[in-house]
Amino acid sequence: MDTINGLLTINNLVKYFDISGGLLDQLAIENRRIVRKRTTVKAVNDVSFSIMPRETLGVVGESGCGKSTLARAVLGLYPPNSGEIYYQDKRIDNLTSQKMLPYRKKMQMIFQDPYASLNPRMTVKKILEEPVYFHNKSTTSQEVEEKVADVMKQVGVDPKWADRYPHEFSGGQRQRISIARALTVDPEFVIADEPVSALDVSIQAQILNLLMDAQANRGLTYMFITHDLAVVKHISSRVAVMYLGMICELAPTRELFESPRHPYTKALLNAIPELGKRDYKHIKLKGEVPTPINLPSGCVFHGRCLFANDRCVKEIPRLNLLDSGAHVACHGVKEGRL
Amino acid sequence: MGHLLEVKDLEVKFALRFGDLTAIDGASFTLDKREKLGLVGESGAGKSVTGFAIINLLSKPGYISGGKILFEGEELNKLSDEEIRKIRGNRISMIFQDPMMTLNPVLTICTQMVETVLAHQNVSKADAIGLAIEKLKKVYIPSPEKRLYQYPHECSGGMRQRIVIAIAMLTNPALIIADEPSTALDVTIQAGIMDLLLELCETEDMGLILITHDLAVVSQVTEKIAVMYAGKIVETGRTEDIINNPQHPYTKGLIKAIPGTLEAGSRLNQIPGMMPTLTDIPPGCAFHPRCTFSRTICETEAPILISVNDRNQMIACHVLGRHL
Repeated sequence: MDTINGLLTINNLVKYFDISGGLLDQLAIENRRIVRKRTTVKAVNDVSFSIMPRETLGVVGESGCGKSTLARAVLGLYPPNSGEIYYQDKRIDNLTSQKMLPYRKKMQMIFQDPYASLNPRMTVKKILEEPVYFHNKSTTSQEVEEKVADVMKQVGVDPKWADRYPHEFSGGQRQRISIARALTVDPEFVIADEPVSALDVSIQAQILNLLMDAQANRGLTYMFITHDLAVVKHISSRVAVMYLGMICELAPTRELFESPRHPYTKALLNAIPELGKRDYKHIKLKGEVPTPINLPSGCVFHGRCLFANDRCVKEIPRLNLLDSGAHVACHGVKEGRL
Repeated sequence: MGHLLEVKDLEVKFALRFGDLTAIDGASFTLDKREKLGLVGESGAGKSVTGFAIINLLSKPGYISGGKILFEGEELNKLSDEEIRKIRGNRISMIFQDPMMTLNPVLTICTQMVETVLAHQNVSKADAIGLAIEKLKKVYIPSPEKRLYQYPHECSGGMRQRIVIAIAMLTNPALIIADEPSTALDVTIQAGIMDLLLELCETEDMGLILITHDLAVVSQVTEKIAVMYAGKIVETGRTEDIINNPQHPYTKGLIKAIPGTLEAGSRLNQIPGMMPTLTDIPPGCAFHPRCTFSRTICETEAPILISVNDRNQMIACHVLGRHL
């Protein structure tokens, strides 16, 4: 994909995890000979896309499809096995941690579970001050304090409470604090990994509004990871649908929800329960999601797809740009039979 | 004929060192044969406690401090442990949220299913196995004869939840209480589980109480809804009425807060604040500090459920309940 004007561009990103364990765990006997076997989880397979400045790219998929691994690989928290990551046309995946520092300040992450992502032994003030000190070594403590109080006000947490510990706050408040932590260093790009999944509906609305406000006021770019399609529909400008470590469809939000093209996207959208819709005919997918250890040959979806043919079993489909602006990885769509 | 289940002014308390906490405060609802009721609310509203109270599964320090639970004419809360055990898991079954936690990881599915049958029916082990296979077929488990001898970890999440449902069905219950049965599952799997529950209610003549926080799921499955807030039922009625025309300020706010109903990118309607914890439920209407319609009376007097139309839609609200 082109890198022109993209804030962040990813080319053919691959991330495998070796889960074979120690040497003794890897040994097996085959035909009376001892062989060494390695097991890898193929979490992200050849993913490419680019994110435009100030847009929100939603990434959806079922559990285990590689959404979170993708996010962490993009930030450099997991070194990718192969592929390239560009931030404003500068390649960042091969930088040393020293050279990566300025980019870390520009890219921040908000995690799913506000109970696990805040250190229980640090006061809110410390949690929020630490990144500011770390990234701006020259700032005075006065400046840092002002900065933190300012951000706390912006996310709706009273700066009065700065000396409290995370356990003294509710789930929604804690998620506000983790958003504040991401915002204190004035990032340009924020990855939000299921930021509202652990919250109740009425609190979820508060946090989504806060994220949208922060984007409008600060000109942020979001990569928004979630399994909740209603949330994605509301907040994103484009949506990437992932299945078993690959992107099967990437399209502008309205296009994707109004006319999904990939059979998996269709089934996924069809399965979302919608308020008050009672006519209830689900596309029944065959079987369940295969494990990413033994990826199916060809199109990873072919085992569950109702329209798969010989070509789907053999050949891996590539993301293909359609007239509507959607990118779809499906032989059927390309051949015009779907 | 009476109702299959009638819960009248149910009150559940938790005895703690500094005094009793009221978890459920006067919940009443009825359920007929083949009817499906959704208990909706946010975490901590008392949905699950209500479900547990019905089958007397409250663990200490929780206890039923008032009200009646009538099931097929029998008063469940008056039964001894011995007697309730004959109904629990037999006439009333429960399905829990996490199928990984509800199945015993060290026993095969066969052992767990046969155990359930033998606890309630006087049949031979071979017959019990036959029954188990029959029920596994009903929940669409492929090759049940093989699956029966596997352990829970060998099955996927969706498959496990189907097995849990099969176990719940073993004794042909008249009522199933499903506590967030699809929350831990992915949407495509969730859709399958909901379809299955609906189908079984039809074919097996069961009543269903679906406990969930997901209004969208409830709106597709149930005929009636009871919305709970801080231990109280604040609105009940037919599903269409509540979804399309909610009357209580909390239900209104909750439905408007769901993304997907509004234009993309617009601000979501948020309910300010959060649900109070059981230790400090505000006096009067528990919702008044978050309510935009709140008046002085709301701060002192607890509202009771009043009908707002002739279709049995009821709300507990001083302000909006007055119009009709």
